[in-house]
Amino acid sequence: MASPESAVNGPTMTAGAASKSLRNAFGGVIAFIILVLIGVLAFSIRLFSVIKYESVIHEFDPYFNYRVTQFLSKNGIYDFWNWFDDRTWYPLGRVIGGTVYPGLTLTAGTIWKVVNSLNIPLSVETVCVFTAPIFSAFASWAAYLLTKEVKGPGAGLTAAALLAMVPSYISRSVAGSYDNEAVAIFALVFTFYLYIKTLNTGSLFYATLNALAYFYMVCSWGGYTFIINLIPMHVLLCIVTGRYSSRLYIAYAPLVVLGTLLASLVPVVGFNAVLTSEHFASFLVFIIIHVVALAYYIKGILSPKMFKVAVTLVVSVGLAVCCAVIAILIAVVASSPTKGWSGRSLTLLDPTYASKYIPIIASVSEHQPPTWPSYFMDINVLAFLVPAGIIACFMPLTDSSSFVILYIVTSVYFSGVMVRLMLVLAPAACILSGIALSEAFNVLTRSIKNRKKEKENVEKKPTPSKTEKRLLVLPLEASVIAVLLLVLLGAFYVVFSVQVHCVWAAAEAYSAPSIVLTSHSNDGGLHVFDDFREAYSWLSHNTDVDDKVASWWDYGYQTTAMANRTVLVDNNTWNNTHIATVGTAMSSPEKQAWEIFHSLDVKYVLVVFGGVVGYPSDDINKFLWMVRIGGGVFPHIKEPDYLRDGQYRIDAQATPTMLNCLMYKLSYFRSDFIPIHKTDGKGFDRVRRTEIGKKHFKLTHFEEVFTTHHWMVRIYKLKPQRNRIRGKTKKSKSSRSVSSKRDVRGKRNPWH
Amino acid sequence: MGLGLGVMRTIEFLLLIIAILSAPVLSDLILSKVERRIDLTSQIARIASTIKAENDGSSSVSEILLSIPEVQAKNLAYLTAKLVEGKGKAKTSGVALAVEPANPKGMPPALSFYTMILPKPLANGDSVTLDVLAAFTHSLRPFPEKITQADIQLVVFQDTAHYLSPYPVKVQSLTLKLPDARIESYTKLENTKGLGSEIKYGPYENLPPFSYSPVAIHFEANQAFAVARELVREIEISHWGNVQVTEHYDIVHGGAMSKGEFSRLDYQSKPQIRGASAFKHLVAKLPPRAHSIYYRDAIGNISTSHVRGDSKKTEILIEPRYPLFGGWKTAFTIGYGLPLQDFVFESEGKRFLNFSFGSPMHDLVTDSITLKVVLPEGSKYLSVSTPFVVQQEEEIKMSHLDIFGRPVVVLKKANVVPEHNQFFQVYYQFNALAMLMEPFMLITGIFFLFVTCIIYVHVDLSISKSSASYLAKLQWDDVRATVQQIQNTVNQCLSTHEKLEASLRDLSRTGDVQACKAARKATDGLLKELSKELKPLISFLQSSPPAAHILPKVEELVAKERELQERLMAKHSTIVDSYEKKLGGRETENRVASVQQKIVALRQDIEDLMEYIDEI
Repeated sequence: MASPESAVNGPTMTAGAASKSLRNAFGGVIAFIILVLIGVLAFSIRLFSVIKYESVIHEFDPYFNYRVTQFLSKNGIYDFWNWFDDRTWYPLGRVIGGTVYPGLTLTAGTIWKVVNSLNIPLSVETVCVFTAPIFSAFASWAAYLLTKEVKGPGAGLTAAALLAMVPSYISRSVAGSYDNEAVAIFALVFTFYLYIKTLNTGSLFYATLNALAYFYMVCSWGGYTFIINLIPMHVLLCIVTGRYSSRLYIAYAPLVVLGTLLASLVPVVGFNAVLTSEHFASFLVFIIIHVVALAYYIKGILSPKMFKVAVTLVVSVGLAVCCAVIAILIAVVASSPTKGWSGRSLTLLDPTYASKYIPIIASVSEHQPPTWPSYFMDINVLAFLVPAGIIACFMPLTDSSSFVILYIVTSVYFSGVMVRLMLVLAPAACILSGIALSEAFNVLTRSIKNRKKEKENVEKKPTPSKTEKRLLVLPLEASVIAVLLLVLLGAFYVVFSVQVHCVWAAAEAYSAPSIVLTSHSNDGGLHVFDDFREAYSWLSHNTDVDDKVASWWDYGYQTTAMANRTVLVDNNTWNNTHIATVGTAMSSPEKQAWEIFHSLDVKYVLVVFGGVVGYPSDDINKFLWMVRIGGGVFPHIKEPDYLRDGQYRIDAQATPTMLNCLMYKLSYFRSDFIPIHKTDGKGFDRVRRTEIGKKHFKLTHFEEVFTTHHWMVRIYKLKPQRNRIRGKTKKSKSSRSVSSKRDVRGKRNPWH
Repeated sequence: MGLGLGVMRTIEFLLLIIAILSAPVLSDLILSKVERRIDLTSQIARIASTIKAENDGSSSVSEILLSIPEVQAKNLAYLTAKLVEGKGKAKTSGVALAVEPANPKGMPPALSFYTMILPKPLANGDSVTLDVLAAFTHSLRPFPEKITQADIQLVVFQDTAHYLSPYPVKVQSLTLKLPDARIESYTKLENTKGLGSEIKYGPYENLPPFSYSPVAIHFEANQAFAVARELVREIEISHWGNVQVTEHYDIVHGGAMSKGEFSRLDYQSKPQIRGASAFKHLVAKLPPRAHSIYYRDAIGNISTSHVRGDSKKTEILIEPRYPLFGGWKTAFTIGYGLPLQDFVFESEGKRFLNFSFGSPMHDLVTDSITLKVVLPEGSKYLSVSTPFVVQQEEEIKMSHLDIFGRPVVVLKKANVVPEHNQFFQVYYQFNALAMLMEPFMLITGIFFLFVTCIIYVHVDLSISKSSASYLAKLQWDDVRATVQQIQNTVNQCLSTHEKLEASLRDLSRTGDVQACKAARKATDGLLKELSKELKPLISFLQSSPPAAHILPKVEELVAKERELQERLMAKHSTIVDSYEKKLGGRETENRVASVQQKIVALRQDIEDLMEYIDEI
């Protein structure tokens, strides 16, 4: 009886051993397939915007990037570096090659070139639209790698899956939002992965790759300063907690040297890589790590007694030198007005800085601090999992897990200052939540497994298990219930809430391209408001190619990209005075505004007006910022003049300055005649929900040349100068010879 | 208003008449009856003439000349002549005649001539009836040239009341059909009748050659003056079953230029009055079964379009982004797919595409059309047949996964009107197997990708075979293999233990001591063999340096296993012993208890160790 049994048992057991290795192999294959699926998920969840709307570039900044990419693909890389753009910031122009982060553009341009060299005729636009979804798939894979380095492949897969569908990241990377962040998040996570990888392996190969990844990040986004401050912080943390090792040195020193050299190759960074305060932390830590390395080395050669003597000597001398250096450094830094920091960085350190000194930064909605609901909206359940992840990172605390903790802590702070930096928080939150979920599963399943074994043993004889000493094991009942709960919650929460929430967020909240608006009519039909493109299309086809169009800076990028017309100011708000000039013109009475615009060769003025259809982000709602920014440079524009008792209003109670300013007039010209509701009085503004203050006025210096179907964009033309005015300027012999010459031309052919 | 223009134009025509009067009379042909009907209801002036010609001379005549003033000739878009056969009500238009530009000698310079070649020469005394259709573009001149949004659009049309011909005309009449709207003024001659929207001149009798009498009609015309300054139509044939048509339009409102302000308020509240001259939409009649229709421009999709389809046609109504006033321009692209079998046919070993030439837009004047027929890669022996003269070129287009590129037939023509929507044919030869080339290329590409992956994984790519790290890696691989073997052996040992336990259970069930002893013997032998196997493996591990950190664990594992083995044996012999001594169950248990406890603990340890080693 025994012998046949053994004959049967023998092969099964060898098969069991073989199945173990097979299981490992299968584990690899399954992990690979899961990763591919995560990539597909990350890509496809971002396509709602294309399916619901169309394959089009979104928002404002992406239009600029798109235009740059078009230029790059048409003219090649060298022309791109040397591109002086004369269609924007008229009459100053802008050196695009030297002021733009080229990473995104070069990436999309390269993809376009490769695809076209394979004879797949994709348009530049298509490539640009789909760059962000492709790179979000890459970013989830990078998150897998990073988390795998920290806590193993299980946590990695969870983190990758979470990052693929975290709403905060979706909001910046839906198909069509062709912005720097689209590739930068991938670069950020990948750089961190390579840093951790180097830290874990101590391989110079990975250290070099790390510097290259950092270079790509520098190319892509101004947020690279986050990396170059976070990594030194972590290195410092490791040194302080006595975790210095040669691996740490290899992870850090080449990054600083190579990274800084590479970063200064990017024109927009250039010497800033060594001159501005954002980079000082890295150099300081670079010095410290060398001192520490030296100390460890000396400690190795000297006897303990000698070492003590050496330490006292070095410390006393070193302190003196350090004090001197720091004093010089502080003096140098303090001599510059912004303390060597850029405005945006200062805003991060002092959240009230921008609203006090730079209204132009404060006026951007994405530079505002976020509200609590936006945390829930953007990272959802992850907000609750992150603390668990932090705890998991502490058992045991390794170099890499301490890095992750540092990452989440700093990014939580930054996201609290600027809503836009929620994007940096998202990967950290996903990584920690992935760790938390995976660790919870690990602990609970292990408990069940062990307890079952013990139970079997218990049948024969209860024995105290020694395993508790090594691993955290929970009581069986608790762990079974916990696993069930976790699975159930996972099923309900992940599937219903996270998925539904994320998918909903992807589909509804973040997919709107913002140049096309839709509304559902009562009968369920879809009504499309395509006014922006209507206006840009009209401008591009029916005005002269060299005409100058004035508008508030929000619409600058779109006007240059879609209408191909020269604008005064655009979303690259580099020249505050110029923007203030436009703001002043918009807040001045018609005649003064006409003079300002005329002196800038402006032919058309474009305003966005939502009062007829109830589009809230129109120029009237942005108007106070124009007043503030204009008033910041030209003191005769005073904000209180536009407010009645501190209140911003456009009804009959509004101040005369408000009712006579250009923005009011251009917005409401003729709109007071539209009967919107039978019951409303005429001249009802549907955004402000009031009747407007001044009706039935005429324009003296401007004429309406185009208004879109829903009145959302209105284009006015500067009327040619009247003879009388011309005589005056001649008499006063002012230096307006240019303008009068233009005027003559305008007279001869006013329709062109 | 109309007068000033009239005066200017009259002078122009007077010069022309002076030139004409000096011309000699040509051949002996007499036009016995000329009826002209001019249709001005759209922006295209269509002149349909019925001409009855008689040979009055001695020699037979094989050609008839048509003369058109050069002012009009430059706007001539389309000209055909057909022979009318039968009489009275049974009239049918028959054979189309070849019409060619001619340059007869001694003719006045301000006239352009075309000659119609008759199928058979006209003998003396015979007569022939012809239908001549001519279409002119840009011949309705807006007057005034610039209007405001509120103005209506007025146009002037000029022609001659007398048929301008190198032959004497016996009886003739002219009818002008105008749109149903206001007529500002028209030249009144003898025998002029205005009847609603129709104006009739004539009949006039017995007029000499080159009789000329200018008339000008000034009337309101608010129909769409849509002019495509440039149209590029690309027809791409895929033998997978699709003909893809892409049309790029560059449209301008060709009517009176708009001046002054554009008030959306006025346009929205009274579009008929305050935007009468503007047009809002265009209608295109696509072939039936058109699918995947899109309508977009350089900055994205345009959402204002409607498609209606039935079995005879697909009608698409497209609205440009904004209404077009005089002089306003816009540009857009429409595209659609068509089933291959409707347009590509095969005959005598050749395939041919049969497609219509002009734009499918209703009433659109096209200043310049470029038609590109993209044939599939590998097409040969191209030839084109068109119903009228066009400029032909060939080029190559590189598209999806092409290697040699696709041959493209480029046809160009200026001044195209809807009358040009006739079928043209492109003949070519194409091997159906060539269709499979691109999928095959893809398959090969992916195949080679996988093959490279496999090769990469299996080939040792390290540069220096003697480097320390490489050797270390090799050694480590050996160590791992050995550890794996050890684990396998230990597993076998464990399974043998199981058998021992099973024999004990059998014993308690059956009480068969002999069988149990036999099982014991068998396992003893097996275990000995296994421990023999273990020895060289362990010694190998001991000798190899990279195994140093794993060795203690492995040794512990082996030791634990041996201990477990001993304990089990002890347990086994105790139980067998107690059976032989016929001791009670409880006593046996008491005797084994301590051993059993140890066994369980050892098992646990071994399992933990195995897991630990696995993780390494």
